[in-house]
Amino acid sequence: MTDTTSGTPQGQVSIARRISALAEPLIELLIRICGFSAIFFVFGIFFFVFSSGAEFMLHRLEFGEFLTSPEWYPTSVTNKRYGTLALMAGTLSVTSLAMFIAVPFGLGTAVFISEFCEGPFKEGLKITVEFLAAIPSVVWGFIGLAIMNPAIIKTFDAPIGLNVLNGGIILGLMSVPIIVSIGEDALKAVPDTYREASLALGATKWQTVYKVLFPAARSGLLAAVLLGVGRAIGETIAVLMATGHAVQIPSGPLDSVRTLTATIAAELGETAQGGDHYQALFAIGVLLFIFTFAVNLTADLLVRGIRNK
Amino acid sequence: MMRNSIVVRSTIAVACLAMVCTGCFGGDRSSRALVQNKGSDTLVNVAQAWAENYHSLNPNVGVAVSGGGSGTGFAALINDTVDIANASRDITIEEQEKIRKANGVEALEHTVAIDAVVFFVHASNPLDSISFEQLACIYAEGGTCKQWGDIGTEVPGCSGQEIIRVSRQSNSGTYAFVREEVLGKEIDFKLGSRDLSGSKDVVDLVGTTPCAIGYSGLGYGTDEVKALCIARKTGAACVTPTLATAEDGTYALARPLFMYTLGEPQGAVAAYLEWIKSPAGQKIVSDNGFVPLS
Amino acid sequence: MSTAVEHHRFSATPVTEKSHRRQSAAKAFLGVSTALLLVPLAAIIGLLLTHGWSAITAEFLLDAPTAGMTAGGIYPAIIGTLWLIAVSLGVAAPIGIMAGIYLNEYAPDNWITRIINLAIVNLAGVPSIVHALFGVGAFVLFLGLGTNILSASLTLAVMTLPVIIASTKEALASVPLAFRHASWALGASRWQTIWNIVLPNSVSGILTGVILQVSRAAGETAPIMFTGAAFYLPFLPQSVQDQCMALSMHLFTVSTQVPNVPEAFPYATALVLLTLVITFNFLSISLRTYLRARRKW
Repeated sequence: MTDTTSGTPQGQVSIARRISALAEPLIELLIRICGFSAIFFVFGIFFFVFSSGAEFMLHRLEFGEFLTSPEWYPTSVTNKRYGTLALMAGTLSVTSLAMFIAVPFGLGTAVFISEFCEGPFKEGLKITVEFLAAIPSVVWGFIGLAIMNPAIIKTFDAPIGLNVLNGGIILGLMSVPIIVSIGEDALKAVPDTYREASLALGATKWQTVYKVLFPAARSGLLAAVLLGVGRAIGETIAVLMATGHAVQIPSGPLDSVRTLTATIAAELGETAQGGDHYQALFAIGVLLFIFTFAVNLTADLLVRGIRNK
Repeated sequence: MMRNSIVVRSTIAVACLAMVCTGCFGGDRSSRALVQNKGSDTLVNVAQAWAENYHSLNPNVGVAVSGGGSGTGFAALINDTVDIANASRDITIEEQEKIRKANGVEALEHTVAIDAVVFFVHASNPLDSISFEQLACIYAEGGTCKQWGDIGTEVPGCSGQEIIRVSRQSNSGTYAFVREEVLGKEIDFKLGSRDLSGSKDVVDLVGTTPCAIGYSGLGYGTDEVKALCIARKTGAACVTPTLATAEDGTYALARPLFMYTLGEPQGAVAAYLEWIKSPAGQKIVSDNGFVPLS
Repeated sequence: MSTAVEHHRFSATPVTEKSHRRQSAAKAFLGVSTALLLVPLAAIIGLLLTHGWSAITAEFLLDAPTAGMTAGGIYPAIIGTLWLIAVSLGVAAPIGIMAGIYLNEYAPDNWITRIINLAIVNLAGVPSIVHALFGVGAFVLFLGLGTNILSASLTLAVMTLPVIIASTKEALASVPLAFRHASWALGASRWQTIWNIVLPNSVSGILTGVILQVSRAAGETAPIMFTGAAFYLPFLPQSVQDQCMALSMHLFTVSTQVPNVPEAFPYATALVLLTLVITFNFLSISLRTYLRARRKW
């Protein structure tokens, strides 16, 4: 930049320019560091969680038992067992039921909002879905505890209302907004020319949706579902309050279960820090991190797949 | 764009004002002492009641109470981030080692109250008394009692007569106590019980579930549940849990609750512990359904 | 049905009639399923209002809890939550916005950038309890900060970072490239362009993202449970090195750990928390709509 300002004292201009010449690279360095912060945090999380449980995991934990045994007895006096199969079954059962509810409703709403709605009505619906997403998980857990518990007991004549059904319904409702918003994004990403071409050939809107848009937005919709799954796997407080906490492999939706996340939350406080049980909980944390990482990676690759088309 | 920046600037201004003002509340801090108290969830309600009462008597001393479990309290003691650790179980040898290594002193145990662990059933359950053997049959690994009929009762309103076992999470002090006293230390609980993380949770669940049986502290009882009279052996005379029977030792499932400090307590902490053990503090213990020290 | 004499009008054949009927059915079905989705939202708000409204009094909002948390109010929890929001966003917003600036304005399209984006998506998906474990391991223990507002807020900041980065990126991307080109053509440097042209025009999107995360910071329980929230505090927090109570934590403890609480209390606490969260959401949405309407391109 040449010194072309006339009428301004030379000294002042050069000081200001000197400051900005110094400050700018510093600011840009700061920006660069912040840009890398996400990687730093993700690796940091994995590192800290892994290292807090590393000693136990690497020396004493039997991985076979850890992954395949349903017996979780970390505090037994004579026979400590660290099997997480029942806990994984808990997470799996609640997540499956949640997706069973969330996927049809979520995708259905995404299609409805994206293809069959216009203007203020559309905005209004989107805002309502955002409100649904904003409800804190502890409020959902409270609803499960206070409202759905007696409702399930009454409707199904169940012995207990804190079970897979309760947790599944709540998780489903919590996951719907993600599926709706990302599904809607995926549908929006399909070029209008597809729709126009289809309609021009005489198809109805609905036929366009399931014959043209679904296949075209297939990866994005799948990514939406996967992110919903990730949300459901990772939810802690709501399932802590609503699933009944029984370490068992459920035989039906009315059975109580315990998820991986709830196990950590419930037991972390009472363990002796650094002890075997404490480290075993961090091992579960590593397991959870791996699961959600895998789900998110798959979803990301899918979305990247559509972008590269 | 002018109005843009006005909106932005006013939003930022409001945010800053809010942040500053949250610091405006609370009053003068200089003359206050703060006692940090963390640990057992069983003790947390009594601890909070103690803290509240003590603060009204001594406005310059505040006690901050946190739950999280006996383990959290001991962990904080190791790191010297807490003055008093609440515990519903004894400190383990490993924990004591760590405390000694980190701080040079051992943790000192103070008994502050006695808890009676009570087995509750739903108020409509006709069962009145139960023995250790029957409890083991229900709760222990390898136990064969799955229906209420196996104990000899029929519970109205319970579909399928299935016994719904309610328990605590596996490293709760209460869980360990029941395992030791009722099941026999070497035997584990049967998996599949609802392992809740709060004493109140257990009573709430039993109170709304006719099929349920669960154990919790004496102080957590409500009108929706019934406390069972416990006999050590089937057929023997049973003892109903009350403050009296827990105090005089006739009730089988009474256990001490502890507060631990790093070595001998000093100053405000010592005064607080003194007060807790005094009649005034112990009255709060019995108000909350625990058993005062005799 | 039309004869050659009349204007040629398209008339439905059996095939098209069937397609149209199918479409109406599908549209109705989808509409109903969307409506069904909104029923729980309405039901929740309705139930919370009916059960909890009676407990919302001036004392409830302005007093500390008394009588073993069975009476009094939730004032310290409200203040604690405000502290957590302020500190966590105070940390997350600058970092997140700068990260967004880097990704949209500076980052080359290479594998490192792909990894950063992957990291952001993954950070967004980490379970809240794993964030809590990280908070305990990194902030409370490793950095030795102890359990207080600072540790809890830093943990919350890491949680809210991904969405702030993503919405900043989107907001910056929505500023037309032509603006930047014009600025560069006039001789401004990259940073000058960003600071003077791009940022002011994307403020709405950035603010939207930040305000949306206020709800997240206010509503999370697991990350603060082990890093700084307390069950009961006699004094209000005076600095970030104090602990605090929090609305989310309070709702959790009052509904699971405190006996003999009047029935309306947990409902009222949930109502206050929900109101706080929905208010910030509403603020964010209004800001977005207002500023988008004023956009001139």
